[in-house]
Order: sequence, then C-alpha cells, then structure tokens
Amino acid sequence: MNLAAATLAELRTLLDTKKISSSELVDFFRARIEKHNPKLNVYLTVCDPESAAGTGPLAGIPLAIKDNFCTKGIRTTASAKLLDSFISPYDATVISRLKEAGALVQGKTNMDAWAHGSSTETSDYGPTLNPWDTTRVPGGSSGGSAAATAAALAPAAIGSETAGSIRGPASWCGVIGVKPTYGRVSRYGVIAMGSSLDCPGPFSRTIEDSALLLQIIAGKDPFDATSAEEAVPDYTAEMKKKRTFTIGIADEYLEGVQEDVRKNFDQTKKELEKMGHTFKKISLIPPKYSISVYTILQRAEVSSNLSRYDGIRYGEKRTAFTAEAKRRIMLGTYTLSHGYYDAYYKKAQQVRTLLIEDFRRVFRDVDLIMAPSGPVTALKLGEFEKYPFFGEIMDVLYEPGAIAGLPAISIPTGLDSNSLPIGMQFMANYFSEGALLDIGYQYEQETGFHGISKQLIDRYA
Amino acid sequence: MKYPYPIIGLEIHVELKTKSKMFCQCSADYFGKAPNSQVCPVCLGLPGALPVPNKTAVEWTIRIAQALGCTVPERSKFDRKHYFYPDLPKGYQISQYDEPIGINGRVAISDGIERKEFRIRRVHIEEDTGKLIHKGGETLIDFNRSSVPLVEIVTEADFHNSGDVKRFLEELQVIIRTLDVANADMEKGDMRLEPNISVLYLEKGQKWDGKTFPKYKVEVKNINSFRFAKMAIDYELERQTKLLENGETPVQETRGFNEKTNATVSQRTKEDAHDYRYFPEPDIPVMVFGKSYLERIRQSLPELPTPRAERLVAELGLRFQDAFLITRVKSTADLYEMLVAKMGKDKSQKIANHIVNRKVDVTAPVEEVVSAMEALFAEKNADPALLEKAVADVCAANGKVVTDYKNGKQQALMFLVGQVMRQMRGQADAADVTAALRKYLD
Repeated sequence: MNLAAATLAELRTLLDTKKISSSELVDFFRARIEKHNPKLNVYLTVCDPESAAGTGPLAGIPLAIKDNFCTKGIRTTASAKLLDSFISPYDATVISRLKEAGALVQGKTNMDAWAHGSSTETSDYGPTLNPWDTTRVPGGSSGGSAAATAAALAPAAIGSETAGSIRGPASWCGVIGVKPTYGRVSRYGVIAMGSSLDCPGPFSRTIEDSALLLQIIAGKDPFDATSAEEAVPDYTAEMKKKRTFTIGIADEYLEGVQEDVRKNFDQTKKELEKMGHTFKKISLIPPKYSISVYTILQRAEVSSNLSRYDGIRYGEKRTAFTAEAKRRIMLGTYTLSHGYYDAYYKKAQQVRTLLIEDFRRVFRDVDLIMAPSGPVTALKLGEFEKYPFFGEIMDVLYEPGAIAGLPAISIPTGLDSNSLPIGMQFMANYFSEGALLDIGYQYEQETGFHGISKQLIDRYA
Repeated sequence: MKYPYPIIGLEIHVELKTKSKMFCQCSADYFGKAPNSQVCPVCLGLPGALPVPNKTAVEWTIRIAQALGCTVPERSKFDRKHYFYPDLPKGYQISQYDEPIGINGRVAISDGIERKEFRIRRVHIEEDTGKLIHKGGETLIDFNRSSVPLVEIVTEADFHNSGDVKRFLEELQVIIRTLDVANADMEKGDMRLEPNISVLYLEKGQKWDGKTFPKYKVEVKNINSFRFAKMAIDYELERQTKLLENGETPVQETRGFNEKTNATVSQRTKEDAHDYRYFPEPDIPVMVFGKSYLERIRQSLPELPTPRAERLVAELGLRFQDAFLITRVKSTADLYEMLVAKMGKDKSQKIANHIVNRKVDVTAPVEEVVSAMEALFAEKNADPALLEKAVADVCAANGKVVTDYKNGKQQALMFLVGQVMRQMRGQADAADVTAALRKYLD
C-alpha cells in the first residue's frame, strides 16, 4: 500500500492494527517534506510532534495546518514577516479540538501573507508552487495546505477561507476543500482577516476524510461569540444519505469562464444527471456586484484587525508590513473614515443583506447551487501581481456565497488541456454541509474523481 | 451689559466590579496585583483571540441605565473605536457607538428645598485599557486593567456651576453603590470624570435657550476626586472667562488637571483630534434583549437613595437632611427602616437622630445595633430616683469639685457628669444627667 495516498480511515486502521506507528507515520511524511518542500515551499515550519497515545479518531495522525492558526509553542506567522518570531502561547480552538481527537501538527503551511491573496504569492516567505505545474501558483490563500494535501506532504490539511481561500486552492490543486457555514467552525485563534467572513475548513483527498475533519472541528465554541449553536450532525452518516438533489445553475456564474472549465461544467452536469439529480435554472444577483461589497467589507475589517500590529509588540516595526497588507490597510482605513462610512461600509452591508435574501429565495427552489470553482485553472506565477484587484476578480465566483456566509465544497471534476485540475463548487443553504458532503460522496463513488489525486501522488514518489 | 454663563456637560467612566473582565475570563480585580499577572490572549489582543461579552457586565450596565432613568432599547451592539496608543493592545477599543445600552435618562438631586434634574444622554459599556507606568526613563505596560468592564455615562450640557457637578457626582456615586455594581471610588480611578466646559455670554436678564453653544469646548481629564472636579471646573471657568473678556476665543482642546498647581494644562488640541473609524464589532453578534428580561431587571432594582429619602420624609415626616444622610448608604437606610418597623414610627426622627449623630455604629452586626438603639431609648426611661441618688452620691464624694463648680469653674461640671454617667453604667443620657446635676447644685 502507498502510505502517501492513504486516507485518514486507512491510516487509522494501519495504526490500530500496529502495522505502522505514529512516529513512523510522522517520519514518513517528514521525509516526503524534506524531499519535496525545498521545491514546492509548502511548509514554513516543520514540527517534531510528540506522538500522542490518545484514542481519538485521529490519534497519531499528523496534519498540515495553515500558518494563520495559532499553535501553542509553535511559530505562527500567517506568512507575514511581521510575526516572524511569534510563537503562539495558545492553541486555536480548531487546533485544540484536533489535538483532543489525537491529531499531531506535522507543520505549518504557507499562505498569502495575512491571507491577503488568491495565489500564495503574497507570502513574505516566497510563493508555494503548484505541484501540478511548478511554474504555476497553487491558488490561495490556503495554497500551502491545498498543495500539501495534493502532493501528499500530509494526509490532509486545515485551511481557512474568507472568500475562496479554501475552494480556490482546492480547485487548482485537485483536492477537496470544504468551506463551512460562517459560524459552524470556531474562529478563535485564527489570525483574523475579514472577521465577518473567515471560516476554517478541511482539505482532503476523499470526501470521507473531509467529513471526519469537519466533524471534529465544527460546533459551538464558548471562545467565539459568533460560533453557531446549531447541533452538529453526523457528517459521515450525512455523506452516505444518497439524496436526490435539485441543483440550481445560474448563467450569471458562467460568464467569462474559460472554455475548458465551461466544458467540464457541462460534463459534470451530465454525470450528475445520469446519477439522478435534476438541474434547474436559477437567477442570482450577478456575482460582479459581490466584488465591491466583498472588497469594502473585507478591507475595512482588515484595516481594523491589523491595527494591533503597532510596532510595540511582536518585535517588528510596522514597516514590516508588505505591499498588499499596506494597500488593504489604506483602503479599509479610507472607507471607515469619518464621512465615508455611510457611503461605503454601511452601503456594502445593505447590499450584503440583499445577497443573503437572494440566496434564501433561491434555496426555496433548489437544494444546491453548482458553479465552477473559479473561472480559470491555475495561473502562472506573477499573473496576479499585474493587477491589484485580480485576486478579487479571480474569486468572483466565491464571493457571493462567502458574503452570505453559506457553506460550499469544491471537488475535483477533471483536468484541462494543460493537465491542470478543474474544480466544481456546490453551495448549499446554511448549515447544510451534510448535503454538500453527500453530493461530493456520490460523485466520488461514481467517478473516483477521475483518479486525479492518484495521478499527482504518483509523480511525487 | 453681558454676563458669562457656564455650560458644562459630563462624561463619567465607572469601572464595574464584576468577577471577570469584559471580554475574557481573567479576573477583573487588578488592584495591587503583580503587573501582567491577570492577562490572557484576549485581553492582550494576541493574534486570533476573540472577545466574548460578559453577560453580568451587560446586565449591570442595563441596571445602571435603568436606575438613571434611561430607555433601554431592545437592541444594542458593540463597535470598534480605533486609535493607536501603547496601552490599547488591539489598536481599537471595543465600545458602543450608535446603539448604546441606555439613552435619554434623567437624574434628580435634591436638598429638600430645591430639586434639580439633569438629563443623561447615554449609558454604554466598553472595555478599559492597560496602564502605562513611566519609570526611570522607560515606559512599561501593565495589561491587568486591559478589558476590565467600563461604563460610560454621558450627560447633556445641563450643568452651569461646579457645585451642581460635585453634587451630581456624589449622587451618581451613591446610586451606583446602591446598585452594588461598582466601587465608584474616584481616588482609585474606579470612577473618572471628564467634564466638557465652555462659557457663553448672555445679555443681562436673558435666559439661556438650551440650544446655543459656544464655538468651542474644553475637555478636562485627570480629575481624581470630587473636590478636584470642583476645583478644575472653577479654574477652567475663570480661565475661559478671562480670555473671552479680552476678546479671545479659548482653543478647543483637551486639558489635564494638575493636582499640585490646581490648574489645567493643555494636552491635545483639535488638530490632532481622532477619527475613530467606528464600525460594528464583527466578532460580537448584536445583542437583543427581550422585554421580559429588561422588565425583570427593572423589577430587581433597589429603591434609589434620593427617592427613598423623599419617601421617608413623606411617610415618616423625617427632616430631609436626616433622610438624605441616612439614605446615602443602602445598608444604613435598610437598617433605619428595620429599626423604625421594630421600634415604632413615633420614634422615627429620634432613631434618625441617633444614626446621624453616630450614637450607634451602623457598621456593627445588626443585633448589636438593635440592642444599642434600644439601650439609647431605654435610658430615656432611666429611673429618676436612681439618677437623683447617683447625683447626690457623686456630689457628696467630690466636695472639692462641687466647690470649684460653685466658684464658677464650668469644667468641674463636666467631671461630675462623667462620674454620674459612670455610676449609672451608661444607662443615662448626658443631657439628662447635666440637667439633674444643675438642678441639684444650683
């Protein structure tokens, strides 16, 4: 058996039957990291976890953790030099829950600095390269976690999304990424980007692994006042429900989409129809309006959230902020300034309410919405830097759902003509993560994701 | 002929005495603790930390707002107020901007003759900052106070002299202590006053319309006692009036009160006024209070001091001054009413006299106070025969002193009073004894 390609469930069995020990597993992945990380730049910090003797579902299994999750005793930088020497004195709730389940921190993964970006190129520690094509970016901001999962430099990973930071890199790296409902997973200990948008979520190569990880990290947290009280269902059971879905598709989400992606969209639709699901045309507020709303809300929150890095603590001056953070601080500060608040932030919140109502209306008619995960496949390094808002435009298909706080999943559905992965995203109503895992699982059972992840792991022996 | 008319509004901060801080579980009791010993990721503003509001602090703020006669809307929210200062670890303070807990209140003060009302503009809850300690050329930061719950009370510009400000502050302190939500000790910084002071010139005989304000106002900080509040305001009024008389407009600024010189000094002028960039705190959901919840809090409010004094005057015919003094501390007022209930309404003024004149120790255990009070009344019924005998005995035993007294030495009488009291084992009133001695000797 190829240990690199093993799922969390398979690793569980191997560990339980003592075919392998936890420290061997950690060493195995560390060896892979040592081999491939110098090229891919996936990890910023590789840990030396003490193998836990716990009995939790993840006991002894190492995971890759995005570097914006505070990890006790481990350097936590959010890929920003400003936090170069910050060793967190506490664990994020997601981390403490994973640890309670027995998981180990294999290492901390690269990301866009402060999660400001969609390519992982704004990292102050250099870009992560896309394991499918190292002249390309892995997407972002959780690029390191997506690439670690795709190239099997960890069995699975944890990332976070503000608008597209899980779905985007999952799509470009050919793995599964789940962006839960806002509030489903605690934000406590996640270095804040857009506080009203941020959602931690898992990356994996199988739906079952995502279900397992989500199960562990989801739920009300007394340390996060915005975390939801809603009971957490059994996601593995939800995944296996085999519901027949009515899936909405909106022309607004197919505008300007690359031809290969569009073809894959039609192909995926056919596959799902064959499986018994029905499609229904819906009309949504065009996603382009979400760019303005998202940009204003997120920049405002960023400018506020970054004010704590005032040069007094953390050992670095404010000059350690790099270009993208400075741009965002400037814009956010401007939109919140006296006399501008009503015209920008307040108005954006009003449009946000309209977007929420729009989705609520649509979810009375359909169970899910399907759209491409991004209009294009992985871009070449440097493409993003040419245009200051390119990231937002790339994320246009993620932003409406993110603004509304809806859950979504991105699954690999094929390769384009350059052999680059294409992802499809499904969005669902609030707290319907179970339905998303269900559709993903059905697709996986039927197609095996066309063997996409295996193909890549074989290239990273 | 014009005359200067002071216009003063107040901003008062009161630190709540909740067990834990406003947004984390650290102890809020920081007084005298080792620096940075009562801290956690939340109140240090560490990356990723999130605030969770303290429900007790919110409830206590509602109590204060209701006690100050405010409307408490069913919806309230937190906002971020941004400014950079080393004692503010997040770069913003979590406060309340446009939806405070309480609005449009009213507080009355009375001296039994005149009753004055002052309007409360708003009552909101926020977090305190850390503390800077300047030591040997270095500045150190202590975050123990960071995120301790702080209630801000803002009045309308309803004050026109420093005496009213002082009396209002005293009343506010008594109200808050009656609610048992804060120590409200100005000397310790539990209660802080920032008055906004300006002076308007009115024509002789003209009354202020309540709407016209001078083009400037001066905020004064660093006032650590009621007495300093009065001094700072008086100093400021004089300073501003002098400038205005010379045809100058005082600068709009923040000034600090210096306790050593009893003067105010400029700290910050309008040019560096902050743009706080308020926006709704995304980490804390909007608070929605149910009607029944708010009603329940209202029902639980204790009777407030001045209304209670007024009731005691109306119900028992007490002198206002005594009723006022008795109601300044809730436990004293409770004790008083208990004693009246026990000993009879006919004794209410006398019980009040004994309390006001400190004949009994109101801080002693209740049973002790009751028996002390009963003893005070019992002596009124001291056996006149016993007293007469004691007087005769003492005078017989102190012949020289009696002679002194008869020769006009008044102090001699005091000695004899003491001796008689001693023989009566305290079971006699000094006035009665004096009268009995005079009667016997004169």
